[in-house]
Amino acid sequence: MTSPVPITEPREAPGSHPATVPALSIDGISHSYGPRRALMEVSFNVQPASFTALLGLNGAGKSTLFSLITRLFGIQSGRVSIFGHDVSKSPGEALRLLGVVFQPRTLDLDLSLTQNLLYHAALHGISRREAAARSAELLGRIGLSERAGSKVRDLSGGQMRRLEIARALLHRPRLLLLDEPTVGLDVKARADIISHVRQLVTEQGIGVLWATHLFDEILPGDDLVVLHQGKVLAQGPMSRVIAEAGAQDVNTAFMRLTGTQTMPGGGA
Amino acid sequence: MSSITTREAPRGFSGAEYLTCLIGIVWREGLRFLHQRERFVSALVRPLVWLFIFAAGFRQVLGISIIPPYETYILYEVYIAPGLMAMIQLFNGMQSSLSMVYDREMGNMRTLLVSPLPRGFLLFCKLLAGTAVSLLQVYAFLFIAWFWDITPPPSGYLTVLPALILSGLMLGSLGMLISSGIKQLENFAGVMNFVIFPMFFASSALYPLWRVQEGSPYLYYVCEANPFTHAVELIRFALYGQINWISLAVVVICTIVFMIGAILAYDPSRGLARRGPAGGEG
Repeated sequence: MTSPVPITEPREAPGSHPATVPALSIDGISHSYGPRRALMEVSFNVQPASFTALLGLNGAGKSTLFSLITRLFGIQSGRVSIFGHDVSKSPGEALRLLGVVFQPRTLDLDLSLTQNLLYHAALHGISRREAAARSAELLGRIGLSERAGSKVRDLSGGQMRRLEIARALLHRPRLLLLDEPTVGLDVKARADIISHVRQLVTEQGIGVLWATHLFDEILPGDDLVVLHQGKVLAQGPMSRVIAEAGAQDVNTAFMRLTGTQTMPGGGA
Repeated sequence: MSSITTREAPRGFSGAEYLTCLIGIVWREGLRFLHQRERFVSALVRPLVWLFIFAAGFRQVLGISIIPPYETYILYEVYIAPGLMAMIQLFNGMQSSLSMVYDREMGNMRTLLVSPLPRGFLLFCKLLAGTAVSLLQVYAFLFIAWFWDITPPPSGYLTVLPALILSGLMLGSLGMLISSGIKQLENFAGVMNFVIFPMFFASSALYPLWRVQEGSPYLYYVCEANPFTHAVELIRFALYGQINWISLAVVVICTIVFMIGAILAYDPSRGLARRGPAGGEG
């Protein structure tokens, strides 16, 4: 087992100590579905208070990786740890520091917004009183206080995503995973969600791993992990990845690295 | 701004956190049940049809001799009432597992499975929640059946409760075990036919086993080996303030075996991992 190597220099946030333990450490992860290899020796880190984009085409292995991090799948080889807690050995300690927004909707459509949040809080052992206070605060923050008692099925796609992000933050995690959270949303809803998550990074110091296949969701200051056909082709600060690929922008860098053609709309 | 410089020591979970989680899961299951009124109605109509129509028709065909726990001759309706109570729980257990397959396909199941609390505990809470829902259905059935002269001793309504909890857990964990092996929702109908009907008909729910033995000794052994038979007998005796020890032992053992099987099947390194990508295309 090799020791994890940070892909970025540890960042020092104002008023905080230098981060020495990565928010997420992926070390030599491989995974197969029968004879089909979905991930091969994947290794990278996500630092606290950083936004890391996991860029890959559909079928690159992003969702499989998320399933391994969240312990939906058992780890076949390699190691995943969250703030130093091994997901296989101490899943409780690891998962309590983790908030997740999966690509498919995971809300209960027949329950109200508040009921969905309270259920999630209960799954983390948060008392009813505390959960009610946190739910009200988070619904206010995402601008859905007025809809607190409405059924989730009456919300728009963008509102549902915002609610899922609020739910993922309810237990105050320090690492947030989002698997293509803007898929199927309109331009404004996408911009709102990206801006909201970036705010969480800067204001609350949350480490974010954002899986996407859309180049326009990545900013120059972000860390980048390029995943293609189950392998990490490049990783590091976005500017370095572009420079090492001998490209001018992330789109071209991605095409050169993967040998693929670009797709309309800024998608990979 | 928060940042961690060293790994925090594991702090585990307190009893209050476990209890909060249990209450939350039962509360959510109850809410879902209340929102699905048609599920409640169909859960009641099914046994009532058997009671009102089937039992009325068969009353003259099937005479019931005095067999324990009954101390007098009884009407056929009285005989099949415990079987119908178990049937409610059987259908509820299968319906819960159906909803688990649905939740897994729709993604809701992930919310449960990524909770930091131990997965075995989460699944046990889910089973308990399903059992609680089945109790509501059974007692609603008993209330209506009372007007149909199904009148066990008043204390029977209380003494049957532990038996119902146990049989509900057994049938629920069987359903959970089955759900872990089903890849798609469409496959569930076939499983229902292969599980519910054989279990129900090859049991003592509709006819005493001595009658079955007279007709077919082989079928008798099948009925004796059927865990559902023992759930029915456990309920039947408990409804009259008695304990059928053999049935109790069988139900307890089957509950433990099915539950361990279900928990292992939902273990990340086993059940779900075999199914390929868990949704999403990336």
